[in-house]
Amino acid sequence: MSPIHDQTYRRYEGHREPPGHTWTVIAWAGIRNMLQKRAFLGLLIFAWVPFLVRAVQFYVAANYPQVSQIIAPAASTFRDFVSQQGTFAFFVTIYVGAGLIASDRRANALQIYLSKPISRTEYIVGKLATLLFFLLGVTLLPALLLLLIQISFAGNIAILREYPYLPPAILLSTLIQVLVMSCTMLALSSLSNSPRYVAILYTGAIFFTTAIFGALVAITGGTRVAWISITSNVSQVTDAIFRQPPSYESPWQISMLVILGLLALSISVLERRVKGVEVVS
Amino acid sequence: MVNRPDSADAVVLDKVTVEYGKNRALQEVSAVFPRGAVGLLGPNGAGKSTMLKSLLGFIKPTAGAMQVLGLDVATKPTEIRARLGYMPENDAHIPGMNAVTFVAYCGQLAGLPHADAMQRAHEVLYYVGLGEARYRNVETYSTGMKQRIKLAQALVHDPDLLFLDEPTNGMDPKGREEMLELVRDIAHNKGISTILSSHLLPDVEFVCDHVVVMDKGRVATFGPIQELKGPAGRVYEVRIKGDLQKFIAALEAQGIECHETDEDIMRVFVPADHATGESARVFQLAASHGVQVRHLRPSLPTLEDVFAKAIGEA
Repeated sequence: MSPIHDQTYRRYEGHREPPGHTWTVIAWAGIRNMLQKRAFLGLLIFAWVPFLVRAVQFYVAANYPQVSQIIAPAASTFRDFVSQQGTFAFFVTIYVGAGLIASDRRANALQIYLSKPISRTEYIVGKLATLLFFLLGVTLLPALLLLLIQISFAGNIAILREYPYLPPAILLSTLIQVLVMSCTMLALSSLSNSPRYVAILYTGAIFFTTAIFGALVAITGGTRVAWISITSNVSQVTDAIFRQPPSYESPWQISMLVILGLLALSISVLERRVKGVEVVS
Repeated sequence: MVNRPDSADAVVLDKVTVEYGKNRALQEVSAVFPRGAVGLLGPNGAGKSTMLKSLLGFIKPTAGAMQVLGLDVATKPTEIRARLGYMPENDAHIPGMNAVTFVAYCGQLAGLPHADAMQRAHEVLYYVGLGEARYRNVETYSTGMKQRIKLAQALVHDPDLLFLDEPTNGMDPKGREEMLELVRDIAHNKGISTILSSHLLPDVEFVCDHVVVMDKGRVATFGPIQELKGPAGRVYEVRIKGDLQKFIAALEAQGIECHETDEDIMRVFVPADHATGESARVFQLAASHGVQVRHLRPSLPTLEDVFAKAIGEA
């Protein structure tokens, strides 16, 4: 009598996907995993409340001329909205991003991933895509929808005639915002096995740099050192993209350089930390 | 379908050196792993896991060349990993998943479409004995179950070659026996070449036909286990009363190999081509030289003998 296992194992002769698309598998698994968490769904819904408030504002401005002078949407309205959504993006980054690599490290999952036909870049891109999906969902998506709502409520494209740079500005500013957040978080997540510690580290990085900036403002009386703060850099570049007066005295180009440096540092950390084996020499 | 070039040997290493800082984990290792079941044997720290991880592309050697299934590890790591299954030594799983989702996910990572990966996951989980527990979260599994799920994720995409790193670690005797049966079945009946890395000689002897013995980052010996055990014949432990040196000389004159041990027992290898029978031959020689045989016990050459000899403990 043959053993039971003889009846269950068969060689596989079916189709195999060519290498290079596995990052989508990783991204969708991450997205599905997060969507199963009720608390996270609550956070996502809450992140859309400002969108509803702005939509009501646009409706009132379009339908009640007596108040339209006060609350009429302008480029600054969208710039403020993007900045406002940054707060929710911060919480989403912590909720989704802290465990993205740290949990895999804790469970020794990296050697499982990297023993499959995927590259380290694909793994990182898959994890990054998970975080970007949700971050863009609370920044870019509501901002673009808001623009469409303004056009539909007003019944014309006057806002685009007046501010033709608005759609690319929304796209570019939210992309910069979410890339800074997601790359920084992913790099920090690769440094530890504890998602909780990563969350503290990320919060610390954001608040510590802002606190130092605040202290220097108090000492120097100016805002020329805004480049020290991560959030101030993003804010300064966002002002420039929306063609708004800068919030700080430091040039936006310096803020952009700091952001690019931060992205390069994050990629470098990920390159060093995402490996199938940890070598301690 | 993935193009599957054929190669006579599963793995070939040519003067491979791996360094961790100043430490040399592998020192100019050259070895050939034929298709079938090959044991990678050696004490802890011999370089077995380092070799497997180098073959997977996790570690880049400082010198030498490696081929897996006829493909160069340095230039085609992805193609190689598409045809490889790897069961790591330590606990490893994707967090937050039940067993069937985890194994199906691993199948998708290896390139299987979602539906096929899910079907294979169910089949493979039944095969490794986790059919009834397949909807349980992997984190709640016992050590033995975790070993089985690691085997399942290595098998789900139907690899041509399996790397098993200490697959029986932490298992109870019954579980260990079942795991070894599974591995033997995979290697001998399912057409999947297997490299079994272990420091447990009985595991390797039970599963494998060939062995590569490693020690201190070098290959001590390699070849078919039967061949390494020596030619056909029998080994006896013999103790005599009489002139020992004269008796040894008489045995050796008859082509019988003798090794004195620390105690008063010597190991005697009697070739099998004697028509009279191996033990009778010893008695005849003893009688003709006036020596009393006080103790004669058959001692079969084991893989342990090969291992001890290879790493210089004999």
